Amino acid sequence: MADILAFAETRDGALRPVAGEVVAAARSIADQMQGQVLALVIGGPGSTEAASDLARYGADRILVAEDESLSLYNPDVAVEMVASAVAGATPGAILFPASAQGKDLAARVAARLDVALASEVTEIEVENGQPVVTRPMYGGKAYGRFRFLESPALISLRPNVFPASENPRAGTVEALASVAVERKTRVLGLEKAERETLDVREAPVVVAGGRGLQDPDNWKLLEDLVDALGEEATLGASRAVVDAGWRPHSEQVGQTGKVVSPGLYFAVGISGAIQHLAGIRTAGVIVAVNKDAEAPIFGVANYGVVGDLFEVLPRLTEEIRAVRGSDG
Amino acid sequence: MRTIVCIKRVPDSEARVRVSADGRGIDPSGTKFVLNPYDEIALEAALQLKEEAGDGTVTAITVGSDDAKETLRSALAMGADDGVLLRSEGSVDGLTVARALADEVSGRQYDLLLFGKQAIDDDNMQVPAMVAQMLGLPCATVVVDLEIHDGVATAKREVEGGHEIVEFDLPGVVAAQKGLKEPRYPSLKGIMAAKRKPLEEKDIELRAPKIELLELTMPPARPEPQIVGEGPEAVPELVRRLREEAKVL
Repeated sequence: MADILAFAETRDGALRPVAGEVVAAARSIADQMQGQVLALVIGGPGSTEAASDLARYGADRILVAEDESLSLYNPDVAVEMVASAVAGATPGAILFPASAQGKDLAARVAARLDVALASEVTEIEVENGQPVVTRPMYGGKAYGRFRFLESPALISLRPNVFPASENPRAGTVEALASVAVERKTRVLGLEKAERETLDVREAPVVVAGGRGLQDPDNWKLLEDLVDALGEEATLGASRAVVDAGWRPHSEQVGQTGKVVSPGLYFAVGISGAIQHLAGIRTAGVIVAVNKDAEAPIFGVANYGVVGDLFEVLPRLTEEIRAVRGSDG
Repeated sequence: MRTIVCIKRVPDSEARVRVSADGRGIDPSGTKFVLNPYDEIALEAALQLKEEAGDGTVTAITVGSDDAKETLRSALAMGADDGVLLRSEGSVDGLTVARALADEVSGRQYDLLLFGKQAIDDDNMQVPAMVAQMLGLPCATVVVDLEIHDGVATAKREVEGGHEIVEFDLPGVVAAQKGLKEPRYPSLKGIMAAKRKPLEEKDIELRAPKIELLELTMPPARPEPQIVGEGPEAVPELVRRLREEAKVL
């Protein structure tokens, strides 16, 4: 019997989408390990109210540290808060989102508690009461299965892989006492992107473009498709176009960029270098549009259209607008 | 500026990966190995900081087998002053590697410890923050911009939907993300000079790992690919299949 601690990430006093995924995954393994789910929330004003929503995903108890000074993630503070939550609970596993914040914090906590961490996990099984995890390695070219030799098992979950399933529990909210820590890292602020879009790793739908678009100005065609697909969609890019300076690094998909797992991935004018194909392997449905019928991308795409993207894309945008419009 | 850059030898991103017969690792035969691309970025940042400061040192350190000497030579060819090989078999447990690096650097003088944000083989993305925690140092991971003035580092971290700005007093730890710097190609002169630069070799014993790789496998197969058709005429059928077959629209 072991409890599971789930780190639920917040921003601006609201839960981030990965928070539900992490708590729901914790619920699933806690049931198999006959334990409780303790959700941990650290954030600024509004966090306590937002945190109560974690009961929906299966949190038995919700520990919240809310303070103005916690509005921005500070690793020095967060690691001690997690350590103090652990000291009062003896969890069998601690789950984090594999987000920028979650991965930074998980590594800190691993060193602080002197236990191993499995990053970017895509599957958790429970064998003999212990978690066994699977994670893509080599940018997705191979999968490793791991077991932990000491407890607690630290696990960060790849975004978009574990469903944020509802499984309501009591979700008693308790205040977590703040811990006095020297802030060696001073967090000055968060600059948000001008156009607030979903991160390419967290978006359910990604429309990615490559060299085939020929010119950065042609991204308008992809933006139109993103608009047609709605607020769940965002843009991605191949390494070639990022290296050419057409698109920002933050959009790069592949082994040396972001490994992504959207439900739906459009590869437009992307031939499919090995490192790109590795980075989209865990996507749900892959659609490829390319004029070269021999392009490697067609070897992994669920659906391929061979043709000139400058003709195919506007038609695709139009058809998707039509079907989404008809749904109301 | 005295900088230590921790580097790793990894299979090239364009390399195919084959699982070894025992299922406990990859089969390295015929695979091209390179300096981890994020470590190249970290090294470039270190070299530029030294050049801007007008003096200082850049030391490259790696944990790995004898083959990693080649990787250290690549770092020396780019411009690092000296290299250190902590010879061991390596480990899938990032914590044991972090411990070995923390032990090594704690006996050294430095202003900045630089890493690539992750190695593209294990994809752990753990070691920089672990080393910082072990040494009680401030740390910024996924850094795309770094300025250092009067002993204070200001770093821009790439986070979902934006950037976080953090600052800390040196010494500290920075993990480089793509965008921080564009790595230089070693010059012929650099490659020749690298042969004469100091390369220290130490045998180390890594602590026992706390996580065990049970099995490495090839990724699960994807569904059989289908070509829906050619040109814009294929689009209505594509949309129909996305709605009715895949149910993703």
